[in-house]
Amino acid sequence: MKMNAITFLRKSKKVNRSRFGTAFLFIVLLVFASFTAMPLVLMVGNSLKPLNELWIFPPRLFPRSPTFKNYLDMFRIMNESWVPFLRYLWNTVFITAAGTFGHIIFASMCAFPLAKRNFPGKNLIFNTIVLALMFNATVTAAPNYITMSVLHWIDTPLSLIIPSFSAALGLYLMKQFMEQLPDSLLEAARIDGASQWRTFWDIVMPNVKPAWLTLMLLSVQGLWNIGATSYIFSEELKTLSYALSQIMAGGIARAGVGAAVAVFMMLVPVGIFIFSQSNIIRTMASSGMKE
Amino acid sequence: MTGQNGSEKKQKGLRRVWSQHRDDYLFMAPYLILFFIFTIIPVMVSIGLSFTYFNVLELPRFTGLQNYFRLLLDDDIFVLALKNTLLLSVITGPVSFFLCLFLAWLVNEFSSKTRALLTLLFYTPTMAGSAYLIWQIIYSGDSYGFLNGLLMKFNVIYEPIQWLQDPDYMLPSAVVVILWMSLGTSFLAFIAGFQNVDPALYEAGAVDGVKNRWQELWFITLPSMLPQLMFGAVMSITASFGIGDVINGLFGFPSTNYVLHTMVHHLQDYGNIRFEMGYASAIATILFLLMVVTNRFVQRLLKKVGV
Repeated sequence: MKMNAITFLRKSKKVNRSRFGTAFLFIVLLVFASFTAMPLVLMVGNSLKPLNELWIFPPRLFPRSPTFKNYLDMFRIMNESWVPFLRYLWNTVFITAAGTFGHIIFASMCAFPLAKRNFPGKNLIFNTIVLALMFNATVTAAPNYITMSVLHWIDTPLSLIIPSFSAALGLYLMKQFMEQLPDSLLEAARIDGASQWRTFWDIVMPNVKPAWLTLMLLSVQGLWNIGATSYIFSEELKTLSYALSQIMAGGIARAGVGAAVAVFMMLVPVGIFIFSQSNIIRTMASSGMKE
Repeated sequence: MTGQNGSEKKQKGLRRVWSQHRDDYLFMAPYLILFFIFTIIPVMVSIGLSFTYFNVLELPRFTGLQNYFRLLLDDDIFVLALKNTLLLSVITGPVSFFLCLFLAWLVNEFSSKTRALLTLLFYTPTMAGSAYLIWQIIYSGDSYGFLNGLLMKFNVIYEPIQWLQDPDYMLPSAVVVILWMSLGTSFLAFIAGFQNVDPALYEAGAVDGVKNRWQELWFITLPSMLPQLMFGAVMSITASFGIGDVINGLFGFPSTNYVLHTMVHHLQDYGNIRFEMGYASAIATILFLLMVVTNRFVQRLLKKVGV
C-alpha cells in the first residue's frame, strides 16, 4: 500500500485527489481552526495573567509570567460571599445530575416502544416530537411560567429539573439509535419469557450505551450552564453559573478572574465530551431525518 | 341503533388496543405526560392567549386579532425585531449550516486521532456556556481591547472602534460570535454522516467517471447523507431563530438603538418584564410559525441535493 506523504491525513481509499486541492483545503482548515481556537487560547491565557498584564498595548495572547492567582481569587471571592461557594456548586451538581438521570431514563423508556413496537398513535407521537425539534424553548417560556406557579414549583429546583426530563432532542436521538438494534435480540428475550421491563432494562439499555452517553452530554451541557432564571429568586437556591457570572460582572478589574471562571465552568462538559466522543459520533450516525 | 352499536364497537376496539399494548403506553407515559405539560400545552396556551389581553393578575379578556394588529401596525420596535430576526437567521442559519458541513467534510479527511482533536476544538465553543463572554475582551472599545489593539498595532485603524456599541459594527460583531458558537449538534451529525458513507459507492463512482472530490461530494457523499443534512438543517434553523442570550451577554439589553433587538428579546421584554402575556403570546406564536414554516420549506429544498 502506498503511504501518504502527510502521515496525519487518512490513508486515502478514495480516488481523484489532486495535491493542489489537498494543500488548499489544508490551509482553509488551518484558518478556521485558528479562528476557533484564538478566543479559547486568549481565555486560558487571560486566566493565567497577573493583573498588570491584562491591559497592555499591544495585547498579548499568552502571559509572560503565568500565575494561578486568578483561580485562587475566584475561590476567595466565592467563599466571602453571603451564600458559600459549596452551596452554589451543590445546587448546580444536583440540578444537573437529577435532570440528566431523569431525562435518560424517561427518554429511553419512551423511545423503546417508538423504535421497536407497533401500536396505534405511534406515528402521531413521533411526528409531534420531530415538530418540537423545529421550535425553540423561548416560544414556551411565558406559559411555562404560569404552569410553574400553578404547580407551586416557582423558587424550587423542580422548576429546572422536571422540564428537562422531556427534552425532545434526547428522545429523538435515542429512538433513532434504538431502531438499529437487531430485532432478533428482542425476539430471543420474548421467547425466553422476559417481561417488557426486563427486556428494556437488561437487553436494550446495555446495548444503547452510545446513545445514553450522548443524551448525557447534551443534557449536562444545558443544565450545567443554567444561570439566572426567572423561576428561582432565593439566593441560596441559585446556580454556580449565576454566582460566577456575578463575579464576571465585577468589571475590568475582574477580567482575569472572569476568564478563570469561564475556564472552570468549561471543564465539566468538555471532560464528558472527551470521554465519550466516539460514542457520540456513533449515535449521531443514526440521527438522520427520513422525511 | 347503529350509532350505539358503532360506539360500542369503538369501545371494544379501544379496550383491545389497550390490552394488547398496555406496556407500550405505560412505558411512554412518564415522558409523554411531561412533554405534554411543558411543550404541547404551552404552545396551545400561547396560541390561545395571543387573542386576549392578559396581565396575569386578572382573567384573560378576549380581544380578537388586536394583539396582531398592534404588533404589525403600531409597534415599531416589533417590526424592527422581526427584521433583525430575519436578517440574523438568513445570515447565520445557512452560513452555519454550510460551515458545519464544510468543516465536517475537511475534518473527515484526517486520521482518527487528528479528527478527534479537531472535532473537540470546533465543538468546544458550543459546550462552554458563558465562554463567549471572552469576546467582550476581544471587542473591548478602547485600545487595550484585543481586536482594537491588534488592528492599531498594524496600523489598519488609528482610533479604537466601538465594536459593541457602534451601530455600524454591531451586526458583523454579533454574526462572528454566533458563527463561532454554531458548530453544534449538526456538526457532529455531519461528521458521523461522512464517516458512514458506503466506501463501495466511491469505487462505483470512480468507475462511472466521477472526476474530482467536488463531484464526488455532490453526486455521491451528500445524497447518501441526506437524512443527516435534514437533521442538521433543523438544528441550524431552530438555533438561528432563537438567537437572544448571546446578544444580551455581549451587547446588553436592549442593545444600542435596538440594532440587535430580536423577536426573542421582544418576547422576553413583554413576557418577563412587562407581564403583558397576551401580547407576548402573539409574539411567541409568530416566532413559532416562522420557525416551523422555515424548517418545512428548507426540508423541501434539501430534497434537491445531488440532482
